[in-house]
Amino acid sequence: MSQDRHPLFKPLLFVGGIIFGFGLGFSHMARPEVVLNFLTFEDLGLVFVMFGAAVVSGIAFAVLPRIRDRAPLTGDAYERRLKSFDRNVLIGGGIFGVGWGISGICPGAAYASLGVGNITILWALAGMFLGAYLQGYWRSKRADAPTVASGAD
Amino acid sequence: MVTEPVALQVAADLFPNGISRYAVGGLLVGLGTVVIYLGTGISAGASTFLESTLSYVSGQSRFQRYVGSRDWRVVFTLGIVLGGFLFALTVQSGLVSSSLYQAGTTGQLHQLGGFTFWTTNVQPWRLVLGGTLVGIGTRIGKGCTSGHGVCGVGSASKTSIVGVATFLAVAIGTAQIVAALGVTP
Repeated sequence: MSQDRHPLFKPLLFVGGIIFGFGLGFSHMARPEVVLNFLTFEDLGLVFVMFGAAVVSGIAFAVLPRIRDRAPLTGDAYERRLKSFDRNVLIGGGIFGVGWGISGICPGAAYASLGVGNITILWALAGMFLGAYLQGYWRSKRADAPTVASGAD
Repeated sequence: MVTEPVALQVAADLFPNGISRYAVGGLLVGLGTVVIYLGTGISAGASTFLESTLSYVSGQSRFQRYVGSRDWRVVFTLGIVLGGFLFALTVQSGLVSSSLYQAGTTGQLHQLGGFTFWTTNVQPWRLVLGGTLVGIGTRIGKGCTSGHGVCGVGSASKTSIVGVATFLAVAIGTAQIVAALGVTP
């Protein structure tokens, strides 16, 4: 992963985050009720948030590698986001789905939700850190055990 | 023409709040992702922040892989929080209005210093329990709604498309069951 190589590296991540968070607020995806209304088919508008965002990023992911070799602030090559497939994608996706269906909130939307004033979302953020810690603790123990091969991402 | 009013009625049922706020919001989420990708080549996902930030306080070997990226992930996340805050100060507070924005009826609004802030009515136990499972699942499943949903699907990654299909289907089933059990909100 990239190191800080350029004075504008962090400012750009900050600006990108602001646009990202403003969009999550504007779309109401930062509101758990709206996500739950989507999951229960009462308002399907949320499809346009994820689909719209994926189309915009998809254009950039497809076009940029053809017109430039390397990103200016890191010198890294433009690559698509490709992760290896294994059963963790299904297991993790299933656990995430249960959590998303219970709470109506996902990580990025939770950060933005805090920004729109939703201090109640700290419950969810505390849970997310707890969950991330629990799986990290468990996987660290497994990876540190001498007989088990690591390498899962 | 009879079909057109029927089509409009169906659209009104499926999209009671219209689609413009969703589409505009989605375009902005995508734009934020593209700005970062353009400058750095990074496909930024939101859930890695959870593990990378834990590396500041935990020596667990799993978190150490994120030591190199943890600083900028904090910056990215603070940007997301600030972006939501700027939305609250402008559009949510009514100081900036747009025909593309439809205010909702969910949750509760609070007036503070001339600005409008919003809090959820979803019960804390749902947020804690759901949040914990989100923390476990996104990290085991290699991504969340932004990493898989925006960057991965945008990359036409088969792994991400399967990941999104999995968590979306399970979330729909779960939310329907919770609603059927009479839990509200």
